[in-house]
Amino acid sequence: MPDLELSGVCKSFDGVSAVSDVSLTAGHGELVCLLGPSGCGKSTLLRLIAGLESLDAGSVRLGGKNLDRAAPHTRGFGLMFQDLALFPHMNVSENVGFGLRMQRQPSQAVRRRVDELLDLVGLTGYGNRDVHGLSGGERQRVALARTLAPAPKLLMLDEPLASLDRVLRESLQAQIRTILKEVDVTAIYVTHDKDEAFAIADSIVFMNDGSVVQAGSPKSLFSAPASELVARSMGMRNILPGRLVSTDGSALVTCAIGTLVVGGPIPRDVGPEEDVLVVVDERGVSAVPARFPGDGPPDALNGMVVVREFHGGESELHVRVGEGLLVCMVTQRDAGASAQQGDYVGITIPPEAVSLLPLRPHPQA
Amino acid sequence: MDQGGPALTKNRLLVIGPLAFLSTFLLYPLGVILVRSFGSEGVLLDPFIAVLADSYYLGRIWFTVWQAAASTVLTLVIGLPVAYLFARHDFPGKTVLKALTTLPFIMPTIVVAMGFIALLGPEGLVNMALSGLFGADGPYVRVTNTLTIIFMAHAFYNYAIVVRIVSAFWSNLTPTFSESATMLGAGRVRVFTQITLPLLMPSLLSSAALVFVFSFTSFGVVLILGGPRLATLEVSIYELTLRLFQLDIAGALAVVQLAFTSAFLVVYTRLQARGAVPITFVPADVGARKTRNLRDRMVATAIAVGLLVLLSPLLALIEQAMSSSEGYSFAHFRGLFSNESGSYFHLSPLMVAWNSIRFALLSMAIALAVGTTASYVIVQRRASSHVVDALFMAPLGVSAVTLGFAFLMAFNRWPIDLRGSWLILVIAHALVAYPFVIRSVLPVLRGMPPHLRESAALLGATPVQIFIYVEIPILARALLVGATFAFAVSMGEFGASLLLVRPEFTTIPVAIFRLLGQPGESNFGQALAMSTLLMAVVTVGFVIIERFRYRNVGGF
Repeated sequence: MPDLELSGVCKSFDGVSAVSDVSLTAGHGELVCLLGPSGCGKSTLLRLIAGLESLDAGSVRLGGKNLDRAAPHTRGFGLMFQDLALFPHMNVSENVGFGLRMQRQPSQAVRRRVDELLDLVGLTGYGNRDVHGLSGGERQRVALARTLAPAPKLLMLDEPLASLDRVLRESLQAQIRTILKEVDVTAIYVTHDKDEAFAIADSIVFMNDGSVVQAGSPKSLFSAPASELVARSMGMRNILPGRLVSTDGSALVTCAIGTLVVGGPIPRDVGPEEDVLVVVDERGVSAVPARFPGDGPPDALNGMVVVREFHGGESELHVRVGEGLLVCMVTQRDAGASAQQGDYVGITIPPEAVSLLPLRPHPQA
Repeated sequence: MDQGGPALTKNRLLVIGPLAFLSTFLLYPLGVILVRSFGSEGVLLDPFIAVLADSYYLGRIWFTVWQAAASTVLTLVIGLPVAYLFARHDFPGKTVLKALTTLPFIMPTIVVAMGFIALLGPEGLVNMALSGLFGADGPYVRVTNTLTIIFMAHAFYNYAIVVRIVSAFWSNLTPTFSESATMLGAGRVRVFTQITLPLLMPSLLSSAALVFVFSFTSFGVVLILGGPRLATLEVSIYELTLRLFQLDIAGALAVVQLAFTSAFLVVYTRLQARGAVPITFVPADVGARKTRNLRDRMVATAIAVGLLVLLSPLLALIEQAMSSSEGYSFAHFRGLFSNESGSYFHLSPLMVAWNSIRFALLSMAIALAVGTTASYVIVQRRASSHVVDALFMAPLGVSAVTLGFAFLMAFNRWPIDLRGSWLILVIAHALVAYPFVIRSVLPVLRGMPPHLRESAALLGATPVQIFIYVEIPILARALLVGATFAFAVSMGEFGASLLLVRPEFTTIPVAIFRLLGQPGESNFGQALAMSTLLMAVVTVGFVIIERFRYRNVGGF
């Protein structure tokens, strides 16, 4: 049975829709990431779940209980804001213990629980520190401890790591996931960063323009994106308009760079002679230097390198193929890594590197 | 960003309290004098016609306008170098000196007037010193009852406005503008006239508008220092009301004055909004440089010395209060407590002080309640925030005597009869004081991240708990500053008190004025001593304000 259940949630501000008809579920202890570009309604959805905004339509249920009319302070949810909102006039333990004091727990119990939480987030002994003097990562962990202290039934995190640098962010991602799994709390984690979502989530809900575009495991979003937007958000750059030529035997598709054999599944509702989007996996392609056009391996497409960027372990090649441009990531061990700008290359695209997207996204089932 | 949200909706009814206060005690009395000025005996606009047909009143209007304009120019000329000093130079003691510049602005008018008498009066410090040097041939400097001393007092009073507004703007202006101009071949003078001055213009104009309004409605300074021949509209209203009982004419003059002040406050508000358009702002420290070379140091020293000269009336006040015919002593102060001859209407100076203190405490309480509630209302109105803000600041646009006059006209009969009650005085003071509470509380309330309240709510705090445990502690400093302001304003309020006070409720500023009107060295000495004590009280308040106010937040 799902723990959190949203159905048909709608909200608009001054006639402008911010969240429209969102339904989603989260099982007990599950960590769900809301992923999407900024302004897509993720944060508003959190605020609706928290009760900080009222629903225009739909319902929010937790453990089967409808919460539409409950005031935020009675819901027993935790929400960690991007700016953390640490109370500036309280020290670390006063911040962490705030929720417990609001429940009028005895000070002995509050102190015990605060220490327990500080241990959990790795800030043992920080209790008397002033919150102003903490580093970015420490502030983050104080906010997490404060949110977890009253043992919320549902934990929500709104871009909690957005303000930190990459190294710190990656180390905290892992810590947050570990901590959340340890306390076994159902959690909703909002982010616009797909790497963060991949690193942390049990499942991902991709949102755009206030609606859910696709929901599923991180793996399924990556291997079968439902739309061009999702595909691009997953980091796919070779997305070319094309036409499905045939579907019997091996599917063939034509696009600006030539005719390719499709290895991935054919989208529903798409038949032969219909327009599709062709996705070419930039790491699934091989490039071999050639002395002149046609000098490559047999069946290879002729290309010319127009941009070459060195990225450490990999090199990025932008190759003009036919009338299109193809991005290839090659490792430094590959032959293609030696190609320079202006060099000819032979491009081989195996079927498993080619998948298709519908031109228009499917309505969410 | 939405703040609060419906689940945290603060009480919509909150607006009723401050709005009722404002309507009952400002809009209603102003409405009463407006209606009366249209004519009470049948002839429409009769009082206005009487005013406009009489060259005497036209003369008063003209005098009020041009003395305010001249005072404004003089204030700018004095304030600008000081603003430059604070914006562009770093030197030891800067913080203290900067705080000191604000001191005159918060001083009660009566103290300022007494300070100028102590410094430049016929028996004042300067004339005594000159007599000591050149022989006792009577006063060498004769400025009392002249325009000169009025201009000086207005500049003294208001230059802090110019310094605060302009230097804040100036120090945030990136120095690369002038540096670029220098690299493009502009000399110092042309950098100033073509780059710096145009960039500063919004702040110059908005401070000028404010100085103009304050000089336009100047009362205590003109009444005490200007003598019988010089009267602003404000002084005329006072005399028409209390001496000549020509209430219709007084009302018409009050309306004329209100029209002027509101027009200029609108200009001020507009300019402020324009001044808020950021150019490129840098943290203030970047623009200020350490005084390095001799030339810089000389300029800075000269301005700093000039600043101390500006404060000399306050120092002279202390000196004069301490000196009597037998040399320096506390004789005048002892006179205050001995109650031999100085009792005024059989009211001892101690009783007068007690009146001032209790009225100030009560006004402070009312101002805190009204000001804080109004601040919450302003913050809640997102779209109309600035309109509501301006509405609640309206008392600042009404001059003291006009307010007192309107109270006399409105609250002497049903439905609100406050004749003979001390309450009328306390309400007037609270009305003048609560905008200061708003100005100190509102920026902090606005700056409080909405997520703080929401986080508290999600951690299980009820709205009441949020108010007690989160909002009050964060607002504490702003509340203290606002309360101190309100207390100081009430302690020093002169114009409205003079019209409204009954003898048994005489406050310190009114008592000082009455003592001045009585002959004898002892009375004058006691007036000096009382002024000094009032100055001390206000200075203590000032120290509290400077100590606790949030830097770089809010207005002056």
